[in-house]
Amino acid sequence: MSVSQQLEEIRKAALGELGGAGDAGELEAWRIRYLGKKSRLNELLRSLSKLPIEERKAVGAAANRLKADLEKELSQKEQAIRQEKLAASAGDKGLDISLPGRSFAAGRLHPVTQVYHEINDIFISMGFEVVEGPEVEWDYYNFEALNIPREHPARDTMATLWIDSEVGSGGRSRLLRTHTSPMQVRVMEKVRPPLRIVVPGKVYRYEATDATHIPMFHQLEGLAVDEGITLADLKGTLYEFSRRFFGVDRKVRFRCDYFPFVEPGVEMAIECAVCKGEGCRLCSDSGWIEILGAGMVHPKVLERVNIDPEVYTGFAFGMGIERMPMLRYGINDIRLFYGSDLRFLRQF
Amino acid sequence: MKVPAKWLRDYVDIELPLAEVARRLTMAGTETSLLSLRQGWQGVIIGEIVAVEPHPDADRLRLVTVNLALEKQTVVCGAPNLQLGDKIAFAAVGTELIDGHTGQKAVLKKAKIRGVTSCGMVCSEKELGISDSHEGIMVLPSDAQPGTPLADFLGDMVLDLEVTPNRPDLLSVIGVAREVAALNRQRVSIPEPSFESQGAPIEEQISVEIADPDLCPRYCASLITGVDIGDSPEWLKQRLTNAGMRPINNIVDVTNYVMLEYGQPLHGFDYNKIKVKRIIVRRAREGEVIVSLDGVERNLTRDMLVIADSQRSVAIGGVMGGANSEVTQETTAILLEAASFNPASIHYTSHRLGLVSEASMRFERAIGAELTLPALKRATQLIVQLAGGKAAQGLIDVYPGRQEQQSVLLRVDRANCLLGVEFSLEQVAETLVSLGFDVKPVSSAVELLVTTPYWRSDISLEVDLIEEVARVIGYDSIPTTMLASPLPQQNPEPIIGLRKKVSQVLTGFGFQEVITYSLTNQEVMAKLYRCPIEPEPIRLANAMTTEQDCLRTSLRGNLLIALATNRRHEDGAIMIFELGRVYLPRGNDLPDEPEVLCGLLSSSGAEKTWHGSKEPLDFFDAKGAVESLLSQLGIEASFEEGKDDGLRPGRQATIVVGGDRLGIVGELHPKVAEAFDITGEVYLFEMDVAALLPHNLGYKTFQPIPRFPAVVRDIALVLDNDVDHRQVVDIIQGFPLVKRVTLFDVYTGKQLPPGKKSLAYRISFQSTEHTLTDEEADKVQQKILKRLSGELGASLRG
Repeated sequence: MSVSQQLEEIRKAALGELGGAGDAGELEAWRIRYLGKKSRLNELLRSLSKLPIEERKAVGAAANRLKADLEKELSQKEQAIRQEKLAASAGDKGLDISLPGRSFAAGRLHPVTQVYHEINDIFISMGFEVVEGPEVEWDYYNFEALNIPREHPARDTMATLWIDSEVGSGGRSRLLRTHTSPMQVRVMEKVRPPLRIVVPGKVYRYEATDATHIPMFHQLEGLAVDEGITLADLKGTLYEFSRRFFGVDRKVRFRCDYFPFVEPGVEMAIECAVCKGEGCRLCSDSGWIEILGAGMVHPKVLERVNIDPEVYTGFAFGMGIERMPMLRYGINDIRLFYGSDLRFLRQF
Repeated sequence: MKVPAKWLRDYVDIELPLAEVARRLTMAGTETSLLSLRQGWQGVIIGEIVAVEPHPDADRLRLVTVNLALEKQTVVCGAPNLQLGDKIAFAAVGTELIDGHTGQKAVLKKAKIRGVTSCGMVCSEKELGISDSHEGIMVLPSDAQPGTPLADFLGDMVLDLEVTPNRPDLLSVIGVAREVAALNRQRVSIPEPSFESQGAPIEEQISVEIADPDLCPRYCASLITGVDIGDSPEWLKQRLTNAGMRPINNIVDVTNYVMLEYGQPLHGFDYNKIKVKRIIVRRAREGEVIVSLDGVERNLTRDMLVIADSQRSVAIGGVMGGANSEVTQETTAILLEAASFNPASIHYTSHRLGLVSEASMRFERAIGAELTLPALKRATQLIVQLAGGKAAQGLIDVYPGRQEQQSVLLRVDRANCLLGVEFSLEQVAETLVSLGFDVKPVSSAVELLVTTPYWRSDISLEVDLIEEVARVIGYDSIPTTMLASPLPQQNPEPIIGLRKKVSQVLTGFGFQEVITYSLTNQEVMAKLYRCPIEPEPIRLANAMTTEQDCLRTSLRGNLLIALATNRRHEDGAIMIFELGRVYLPRGNDLPDEPEVLCGLLSSSGAEKTWHGSKEPLDFFDAKGAVESLLSQLGIEASFEEGKDDGLRPGRQATIVVGGDRLGIVGELHPKVAEAFDITGEVYLFEMDVAALLPHNLGYKTFQPIPRFPAVVRDIALVLDNDVDHRQVVDIIQGFPLVKRVTLFDVYTGKQLPPGKKSLAYRISFQSTEHTLTDEEADKVQQKILKRLSGELGASLRG
């Protein structure tokens, strides 16, 4: 039998057997049999040296071709068997995919904290720095330095929880701050303009608790002082805040209002989302929802902290934080925030 | 302030719809809503009595014929005050009225009264819901036109203004008229009040002395003798009612009417009750007592001002009159006061006495002293008109506090700079003139010298004028710009970032954030059994309730209440935390307000899922939360035995960071849990957040990834029960090549002798220089075992 006949025989036998191999073990046995050291093909290749030189060349090439072909077939067969196996194992056991997953029970931030971060971030992006101040405050910072002297009727609009009684402490009475505005004065005492700050924090009022009043709530104060700051800048800054927090389409209204520590005074309102300005119960038929009080810092406030109102001007604003999630989520009872009921808190 | 539209129209022609007027007032600083008065008089029209005949069958009843313009109706009527020619309110059959006897609403039906059919009714005030008067029918003013619906004649629209504290001038109809006129660029017309005076000059009949001019800069008075006290005419009653005040008698009504009209409170004394005809305005004497008009005895102090005669006080100045000089039905002479008082003093007095009156509300807002005379003249005029009598010649006017009229320089460019606008000088001047300011251009032609009208006591600075210009022209006309100046330097407070991170990490671990009130009470604080004994909490001087009368010195109390409340409806595990301030007193100074983190963990034992029930939460969940949180912050903590009386002994550990005791973790003491009505175990951790800051600063140095493989060995040790894990780990970690030690099993039980436990550790040995051989690892392991055996009596578990 010629060498080429032998090679042909090997090819036939090998390919025939390979077709029947079903797993990795059978494949390995096949590899040893046809491609191993002791295989007929290998023996043939080793005996090539005995052949005459011109025959050696042709037969050698044929033998090597056969070897390469068999190796290729093997690798294809291996691939096919692996695919088959993967396909078989994947289709193996179906699951009841409707069973609940094992939960990673994440807690949530309090809705006021969430909004607090959101509002802070809006102002931070406009170049404001977040600062905080004491909740127990002197009469001086809460009222006096903000142009609200003793016996001023504006004090009646901010019913106060006192630590020391209002009278008889020689002006050094302590109280729970009724707004975050005292930090305007504290910051301006220390930092010269230019300055841009927001002051979030807890404030307190002497108020009987009901669906719209609680003795403790949160405010955010803003203050910008520099040369050339205008009421137009105040409008622009607050308009930008509204656009980012309430959405670009929400209408905004600026009207005159009175706060003793600003002049001119401003109130900002947004269009009522429920009635779209038509007037409804939520907005007491006005079509507008009051969001914050603001204005240009009163020259007397600046003078008190030795900032020359002829050189510097500034604006200030203050907003209630609870109001924001109340409007956004339609919460109708402010008491829910600090009642700690998880059935409420887990909704946000 | 309620301003009836018809009254307002006396001074200004309103061409715009009232809703637009209300909107403009709102935009210009005074929130105004529009109310509609007296609706529901459908079917009631004005009639004139044209015939009154006796009823054929009843002496008390009469047959009354009423002219209703389009028709005439004859009805049966029992009212005693019917007169021919009276204008009355006539209700046709089918009208809903209030039944004069039952007070309930009822629909009027056709009735046959003693044989005569009556198709309608002449109404009393009670039947119309105007007052409780059912004595007789309501007689309307003679200018009422028959056939007009009553609602058109009596009804009105009312502008309801929420007046801010700086605008006392808007607590008057004339003030509102001026504002409306300015906002609509119209003119107001206010008639000059005048009255005829007779008899002896007033100075001969009364003398006035102001002893304390600092509290009373001006005191004016008139005297009217021979008055007849009685009901006010309908028009006056109606205006008062529409403005929200109750008519009383013609004198009181006139003082109220003029107060509403001009904004100047007035007070009428019964002249004959003033002793020695002498008025002294002075501070009250310590212990002085007066019964005010509302019948309450008031104890006065030396800080309060009274109006007195030669013997006693007859009024609390600017707040309320005294009962001893009250105008009654018998009064024949009136001493009418229009004065000006120190606003702070009025505020003080009215708030100390708990007596807020229409007068005090106006005086404390600083109304100008110039308002006294016009109001006094007007009231005197009305009293002479309505109550008869003669006004004495002249007026008393004691005015020690006269002030120069102030002028303010307004720089137009300053206004434009502050507002960010470009208003012209003319525009600014015109706006101010429309508000009643007197404006003179100054030579420079960019400045105005502005004199404030007497009713605008709130204006004293240039910036006040700038606001006037801006609000009248309208904030809508001011552009919207962004801050253009360079960003100031920022030095963010690190605690803000740390707090945010802490709460985000904890929510990631499954904790729910809660916020509780900073206010609590000592009973709650006492239930915590905390040690060391806490500082006495700061108490409020005027607490709303006993539940919230002091500031918390710990977050635990309100957080435990939150846990207990939620436990009533939550059957799963509860993990909550709060990050907030506590308030630690520092004598009379402001308290320290450190920020504290407190977390609670509690299982209910009822947590079941389809993949097996969960292990209940225990000490190591709480400790693990603390360790993992600190690890996220890059802080390594160690733990010492804790000594907090609020926590269970032996089940608590103090958190130590860099040698500082920063907090505690442990199981809540069962007695505390019981005090808060919590069943089951509660685990707690508490940390001083600000104290973490120094340990959270800066950045770590990167550690290279090991290049050589580790050799891993597991050892199980048998130890005495009182040896703790920390001791073992400290020894193992002290050896070179030990890279990591992990505890993977803790065993006590039957397979060990009593008093013994087994701890199993996996130790990784690793070199940074070369690949370790087994022999090298064995050598270190032998040394470790020897030392553990020598120092802790450990043996390898067989």
